[in-house]
Amino acid sequence: MAGSLRALRRRIRSTQSTKKIFSAQELIAGARIVRAQNRVEASQPYAREITRVLSALASSASLDHPLLSERERPDRVAVLVITSDRGFAGSYNVNVLRRTEELLGLLRNEGKEPLLYVVGRKGETYYRFRDRDMVDTWTGFSEQPGYENAQEVGRTLIEAFTAGADDDESGAGEDGIFGVDELHIVYTEFRSLLSQVPVAKRMAPLEVEEVEEFRDERDEQLEAERTSDVPTSYEFEPSAEELLDALLPKYITTRIYAAMLEAAASESASRRRAMKSASDNAEELAKNLSRQANAARQAEITQEISEIVGGADALVSSGSDI
Amino acid sequence: MATLQVELVAVERMIWSGEATMVIARTTEGELGVLPGHAPLLGELAPGGVVRIRPESGEDLIVAAHGGFLSVTEKGVSILAETAEISSEIDVERAREALRRAEGDGDDPDAQAAARRAQSRLRAAGQDA
Repeated sequence: MAGSLRALRRRIRSTQSTKKIFSAQELIAGARIVRAQNRVEASQPYAREITRVLSALASSASLDHPLLSERERPDRVAVLVITSDRGFAGSYNVNVLRRTEELLGLLRNEGKEPLLYVVGRKGETYYRFRDRDMVDTWTGFSEQPGYENAQEVGRTLIEAFTAGADDDESGAGEDGIFGVDELHIVYTEFRSLLSQVPVAKRMAPLEVEEVEEFRDERDEQLEAERTSDVPTSYEFEPSAEELLDALLPKYITTRIYAAMLEAAASESASRRRAMKSASDNAEELAKNLSRQANAARQAEITQEISEIVGGADALVSSGSDI
Repeated sequence: MATLQVELVAVERMIWSGEATMVIARTTEGELGVLPGHAPLLGELAPGGVVRIRPESGEDLIVAAHGGFLSVTEKGVSILAETAEISSEIDVERAREALRRAEGDGDDPDAQAAARRAQSRLRAAGQDA
């Protein structure tokens, strides 16, 4: 009896100390969401401006840039997956990876060969454990991605895409490098604190409706200018084609950066939710255990009393003085 | 007097926005001054360039902008940069250090880009590069 009481007390102590860890994690994640949301907010003006400039350019220049035109026979496709570095985030990574599997299945059905590019340690270990090939991985910044991280990822992907331009069935084409014909990205979209949805999008060749993603008054005004009889005619320095050349890779990098920021906010939100339910569970468990411990303690006391009373009775009935 | 609505945005945040009477920048084609009423223009800023914004009152704002674009519309001017620093925020010693390091690294394209960034920071801070 005394043994079980000691065991219960030990379990209560350990449950309480894990609960402390969970609620600390919850608080940290809560603070991180706010910071991540602020960074998403802060990156909006640039995204909006670059989109505007790009649509202005698109209305003036001929759109035969390699990043914009569909390849005739797309057979190799890059898929960028954004996962987290750390666990303790509930179903966050599972959801992204499941969405990725769906996309990979779809691409294979279309007869394309998907190549994996992975951000985040969790995604890396997932694919390594399953012995799947990854072309490139980046880790260590999932919670606080910087623009330079996006640049690094963007550079690799755009290089692969550019190298894919001259591939054909027989080989890697003139440059001798196997490239890719499409770029896809899978990340978790931050809709609200309660809802984060994994989404898959195609980044290249760019789709026109995606270019108009960040709409606001100025875009509408631009739209109006474009549809009106006298469109704004821009001067270009250097030529429109050269500008497009310089701008498009930056645009793709901006989109990767935006995806990383959203993913970071989603990661913190899922982590906070997971940690909240973990600390609630721990509290519940500790409460049940202390009930059991109290019952055990009372049972022990009752038993001791009845032993003493029993002993005294035995002495009285044997006739000896106490 | 007519003014320009100027926005200076870097990828990670909006750096400055407000009214200005003139913007001076260098595109890959050459130096360029924008006054109110300028024709619509899109330009790529020269690497290692410096942008000068003359606000309605007060001192000129000198900015080191890296990897940027300039867009002039009837409404105003937007300057887009991958990173941008206002001259008063630039740490001259660190920029010098970065330049020395980048020059030591030789012909590697990354090092050259780093050197150009450091040069534009120094230029914006009014130092010799």
